Amino acid sequence: MRRTALIAVPYLWLMVLFLAPFLIVLKISLSDAALAIPPYTPTFKDGIGALIRELDFENFVFLTEDDLYWKAYLSSFRIAFISTVLTLLVGYPIAYGMAKAPDEWRATLMMLVILPFWTSFLIRVYAWMGILSNEGLLNQLLLWLGLTSEPLVILNTTTAVYIGIVYTYLPFMILPIYAALDRLDASLDEAAQDLGCTRMQAFWLVTIPLSKNGIVAGSFLVFIPALGEFVIPSLLGGSGTLMIGKVLWEEFFNNRDWPVASAVAVILLLLLIIPIVLFQRNQQKQQEAEQ
Amino acid sequence: MSYRILGSVAVAALLASAATAEEVRVYNWSDYIDESLLEKFEAETGIDLIYDVFDSNEVLETKLLAGGSGYDVVVPSGTFLQRQITAGAFQKLDKSKLSNSGNMWDVISDRVSKYDPGNEYAINYMWGTTGIGVNIGKVKEALGDDAPVDSLALVLDPANMEKLQECGVHFLDAPAEIIPAALAYMGEDPDSQDPDVIKKTEPVLSAIAPFVQKFHSSEYINALANGDICVAVGWSGDILQARDRAAEADNGVEIEYYAPKEGALMWFDNMAIPVDAPNPEAAHKFLNFIMDAQNMAAASNYVYYANGNKASQEFLVEDVLGDTAIYPDAETLEKLYTTSPYGPKVQRVVTRMWTKIKSGT
Repeated sequence: MRRTALIAVPYLWLMVLFLAPFLIVLKISLSDAALAIPPYTPTFKDGIGALIRELDFENFVFLTEDDLYWKAYLSSFRIAFISTVLTLLVGYPIAYGMAKAPDEWRATLMMLVILPFWTSFLIRVYAWMGILSNEGLLNQLLLWLGLTSEPLVILNTTTAVYIGIVYTYLPFMILPIYAALDRLDASLDEAAQDLGCTRMQAFWLVTIPLSKNGIVAGSFLVFIPALGEFVIPSLLGGSGTLMIGKVLWEEFFNNRDWPVASAVAVILLLLLIIPIVLFQRNQQKQQEAEQ
Repeated sequence: MSYRILGSVAVAALLASAATAEEVRVYNWSDYIDESLLEKFEAETGIDLIYDVFDSNEVLETKLLAGGSGYDVVVPSGTFLQRQITAGAFQKLDKSKLSNSGNMWDVISDRVSKYDPGNEYAINYMWGTTGIGVNIGKVKEALGDDAPVDSLALVLDPANMEKLQECGVHFLDAPAEIIPAALAYMGEDPDSQDPDVIKKTEPVLSAIAPFVQKFHSSEYINALANGDICVAVGWSGDILQARDRAAEADNGVEIEYYAPKEGALMWFDNMAIPVDAPNPEAAHKFLNFIMDAQNMAAASNYVYYANGNKASQEFLVEDVLGDTAIYPDAETLEKLYTTSPYGPKVQRVVTRMWTKIKSGT
C-alpha cells in the first residue's frame, strides 16, 4: 500500500505536468487553422464527437512534404551535438581542476561555477551581444592588440550561437563531471603510475573511464535543452542559423498556424525521447553499479 | 468575539481598497511613447497604468487570438487590425466616451477605414513609412559619393549589397513589408495578393540575403546609432530615433532616412480595445487621453512619428512637422502605397518563401 502511494506521486506529477500538456498539443496538431479565438477548429468546446469526426493527420503529412522541417531538425541536431562536444572540451578541464584543487578552495570554486545563475539568463545573453558585436569589447580588444586590422564578424553568425550555448550550459557539464571526479579514489591513479603508466596514460586509461558517467550525464544535460533552444539562436544567431525552435516560432507567430506548429512540437518531443531514454538508462545503470 | 468582527471589517476594507485601485493595461510597440505621458495619465485619472511593449505584430496577434491577453489597449498595424477585427478580437469603441474624437485628422482616418470600415474599432495612433536608414559616412566610403541612397537599388541590387555587407545591413524581419518593397522595385503592384507575382520577388531577395547581417525588427535602432551597421531597412521614426541617439552620443555617426523613390509603404498603428479587456472603461479614458492634442503632440515630438491627430499639429515642434521624412510633402505622399492583409494560403506561401530567403533552405 505504501509502496503504491510512493510510486503514485511521481506518476501523478508526470501526468499533470507532462502528459496533460502533451495531449493538448497533440489534439491541436490534429485540428485545422482558423481565423478565430482560439485560432483552430474544432475546439474543445465542440466536444469529443467533433474531435473524432474531424481527426486527420494532414499536418504531419504536410511536414514531410517540405524539406524545411527535416533540414531544421537535422541542423538543430548538428548544432546541439557540436555544442555538446565543445562544452565537454571546455568543461572537463575545469571540473578536473576543481577536483584536484586543495579542499579549502573547492567551496569557492563551486560557488564561481554557480554564480552566473544569479543573473538572469537573458541579461547574460544580451551581454554577449555587447561583447561580440562589430564595435564590441572583443573586437576593440583585438584591434587594440593589433591581432586583426578589420573587426571580426561574430555576432549574428552560427559561431556566436556556439559561444552562447557553451557559455550558458557549461555549469550543467561541469557539475556532474566534478561529482564523478570528486568520488574518484586518488590511489587508483597512483597505482596506475606505480605499474608503469605515464601520467598521461593514467589519465586516459583510469581517470577518463572512471568519470564516464559524469561525462554522459553532463552531455545529455547540455544536448537535450540545446536541441530545442530558441532564445540563443534568435539573439546571437544570424539569418543563416536554422534551428527547429525558430521554425516553431514562425509557424506559431508568422503563419498563425497553431496546428502545424503543434505537429512540429510533437515530432520534436518524439525525437527528444530517444536521448532522454538513453540518459535515464545510464542513470539507472549507475545507480545499480553503486548498489 | 469583537476582535473577530474587527478582523473581518479590516479584511473587507482591504478588499474594497484593492477593488478601487483601478488598473489599465496597455500593450504598445517598443520605443513608441514619451514615458512622461504615462505618469501624467496616472496623475490625471488616478488609474494605475501598466505598460508593456512588443516589437512585432505577430506577437501581439498571437496573444489576442489565444484569448485572455489581459490587456485593455493594444496597438496593431492596419492589415493586422483588419484580420483581428474579422476574428472578433476587438470591441466597438463607445464614441460617447471619446470627447476628443473631433481632434482626429480626416485624411488619416479615411485611409485607416480601409482596414477598419467606419473607424468603429480603432483610432489611429501614429503612422509612418518603411524606408532606408543610412550611416551616410560609411555608405559613401563603401559605394562612393553617388551612392543611390534614395533608391531601393541601394539594398536590393546585389552589387551594392556586396560592398555594404562589410559595414553591416539589417532588414526588418517583416515579410509583409519587405516583399511589397521588392515588388515596387521590380515595377510590380506592391499590394499584389497573387502567389505567382509574390514568388517573383524570391530570386531578387535571395540574391541579397547572404549580404544581410540580420533580419530583426528592433535591434537596428541601437545598431545604427552605435555605428555597428551602416544600412537598415526599417520604420521611419525608428531610424530618426537612431539619428538622434547618435547625435546625442556625439560619436561621429550621422544617420539619414529616405523613403525610396520607387515608392514606400505607408503603415498605420492603431489603438483598439480587446473584446475581453478587463477594464474597457479605463481603456476609453486612455484613448481619450491620447487623443488630446497636446498629449499626442508630446508623443510625436518624442518618437518622431507622424500622428493621426489634426489638432496636435499646432503643438508639434518644427523638427517634426517640418521634416518631410515624418510629414511627407505632397509629392512623396503620392508615391506612398498601402497594402492589404494576406489570406491564410498566401500567408503560408509568404512565410515559407521568407524562411527560404533568410536561411537559404
